[in-house]
Amino acid sequence: MVMLDYYFRLGLRSLRRNPMLTALMVMAIGFGVAASMTTYSVFRAVSGNPIPDKSARLFTPQIDGWGPQQNLQNNEPGEALGYIDAMALMTAHKARRQTVLYKVQLSVIPGGNRDLPLNANGYAVTSDFFTMFEVPFRYGGGWSTRDDDARASGIVISDVLNQKLFGGADSVGRTLDLGGHDYQIVGVTSHWNPRPRFYDLFSTNGFGKEPDIYMVFNRAMDLEMRPGGRNSCRGSLSYTTWQEYLQSNCVWITPWVELDSPAEVAGYRRFLTNYAAEQQHAGRFNWAPNVRLRDVMQWMDYEQVVPPESRISLAVALGFFLICLVNTIGLLLAKFMRRAGEIGVRRALGATRGEIYTQYLIEAGTVGLAGGLLGLLFTAIGVAGVGVLFRPEIAKLAKLDPSLVALTFAVAIVATVLAAFYPAWRAARVQPAWQLKSS
Amino acid sequence: MLKMTHLSKVYRTEVVETYALRDFNIDVKEGEFVAVTGPSGSGKTTFLTIAGLLETFTGGQYHLDGIEVSQLDDNARSKIRNEKIGFIFQAFNLIPDLNVFDNVEVPLRYRGMKAPERKERIMGALERVGLASRAKHYPAELSGGQQQRVAIARALAGSPRLLLADEPTGNLDTQMARGVMELLEEIHREGATIVMVTHDPELAARAQRNVHIIDGQVVDLAEDPRFHAHVVEARQGQGRS
Repeated sequence: MVMLDYYFRLGLRSLRRNPMLTALMVMAIGFGVAASMTTYSVFRAVSGNPIPDKSARLFTPQIDGWGPQQNLQNNEPGEALGYIDAMALMTAHKARRQTVLYKVQLSVIPGGNRDLPLNANGYAVTSDFFTMFEVPFRYGGGWSTRDDDARASGIVISDVLNQKLFGGADSVGRTLDLGGHDYQIVGVTSHWNPRPRFYDLFSTNGFGKEPDIYMVFNRAMDLEMRPGGRNSCRGSLSYTTWQEYLQSNCVWITPWVELDSPAEVAGYRRFLTNYAAEQQHAGRFNWAPNVRLRDVMQWMDYEQVVPPESRISLAVALGFFLICLVNTIGLLLAKFMRRAGEIGVRRALGATRGEIYTQYLIEAGTVGLAGGLLGLLFTAIGVAGVGVLFRPEIAKLAKLDPSLVALTFAVAIVATVLAAFYPAWRAARVQPAWQLKSS
Repeated sequence: MLKMTHLSKVYRTEVVETYALRDFNIDVKEGEFVAVTGPSGSGKTTFLTIAGLLETFTGGQYHLDGIEVSQLDDNARSKIRNEKIGFIFQAFNLIPDLNVFDNVEVPLRYRGMKAPERKERIMGALERVGLASRAKHYPAELSGGQQQRVAIARALAGSPRLLLADEPTGNLDTQMARGVMELLEEIHREGATIVMVTHDPELAARAQRNVHIIDGQVVDLAEDPRFHAHVVEARQGQGRS
């Protein structure tokens, strides 16, 4: 440890030696790491696990309600369910927790005619939604299954909407007029907007604004509330009434189930297959069972949440960083071998090859540290200007948070030390006798 | 202290073998001050680098302070260099961006010595060479003689059993060279074993014993005709100048 401190101080001192060479290396590492970290900040935001502790236990089922002629590419079933299948899954209740949801849009009518109506986006969901997705609450909570069954008029609103309407006060128990119907506020969420919004990749690209409201699914059905998001149908659209719409092949409801073990997953998959087979026997489906059951990460992967430009720019930036590192290897080699005489002296005075190797690796680490500092500055500039490369809703996700700062330093130091393996090895192999004879 | 028996050092390329040392025998007793002389290319420096374990040898035996060193690995050789040997080079070989204190500290660092003991030894060695007041100076701020004194302090700081000096006054003017030589003599009087390679017959004469190397072998000066030829050549050279 004492020697490591000694080598570190030697490394800091060596930064001042050959300042041009040092500056070139620090800039190469700084630019390389900044390009990588800037693009990584976007990639991380769009590809991160939005619910890490549960993502492997939350699954979205898909049932083929269209048939091979009308399915998506590779005979993939629709990305959501129609009303009939969604309700069949809910009624069967084969998972410990389950929910169905779809996007709704409503107008909030402020009381006392004081303000103009507000647009409110949200979801019609069932009671398990809040526990399954770990929705945090500032006031109150979700509703119960009894409220689902009672088709209650309870509603959960977001902290943002609560701020707008009630100045942030505890509004639980108060009444809200939404589209001409009264709702009882049962809960106010804390800020909750997982990115990507894994639970609704059917109606969103995963990066929308935080929803304002969550209402009882059955209540939305009673009010014949049409989906405020995507609605995907096949064939000629013949429905005119709400009931005809519910019976149509249109898909618009996203189902989620929580399954705790591989056995439960296998069981649920069997249930889905059996259900599809029953529909085939009943003559509703004219094709063999075609079902899917994907967990959160698989679902995000399937839905290609990560924009292609994010992957490409990250790959380009990493390639650039690699080129910077190759240059750094050459510069480190030049820097180290210029000091062959000093290495010879140190060897003569008792340094082992291992000690020389360690000294020069740590010296490279100090170069990496300086490169990390510069890289941090460039990353901050890059994150601020990332909108040039990405769509605004994606670009604004990139943030220079403490974890990115730590990662920038770690990548700069580790990459430079790795780049120094060969130059340091060469330094350690310097023949002291030759150096001392030639001097 | 230092005993080489039938030692050889061969440099091989694809086409040629060059013997730098051949059937080389030398025995330096503890407390001796031996000057090693010989013409350029005779193998003096090769002898010194092998003696200092900076280079391996091809054949023969080498005992240093009773240890047969031919089978030692790099770590063991480094440890012996660090603990038993002090080097003084013609070109001083101080590390330019370390100050005097830090230069003298280098071998003590590799010995894993604690800071207070290091400091005590460094200041003791610098006082010994009369440069304690220059501890914070950098090599570039010192004269050649002072730099060589720092190098001697660095060699002494670790209390080595053997001092190996390669043309220690070769880069110094006469006055500075005299000062450095007097210092080496003083160190020898205090009990150090010194082996000094030199071209300078005057310096060699101040050692207790002279060993002459010609063509990679120790020769008996009285009997070897090559030595007489060398002396005649040297005298003729002096006569011309």
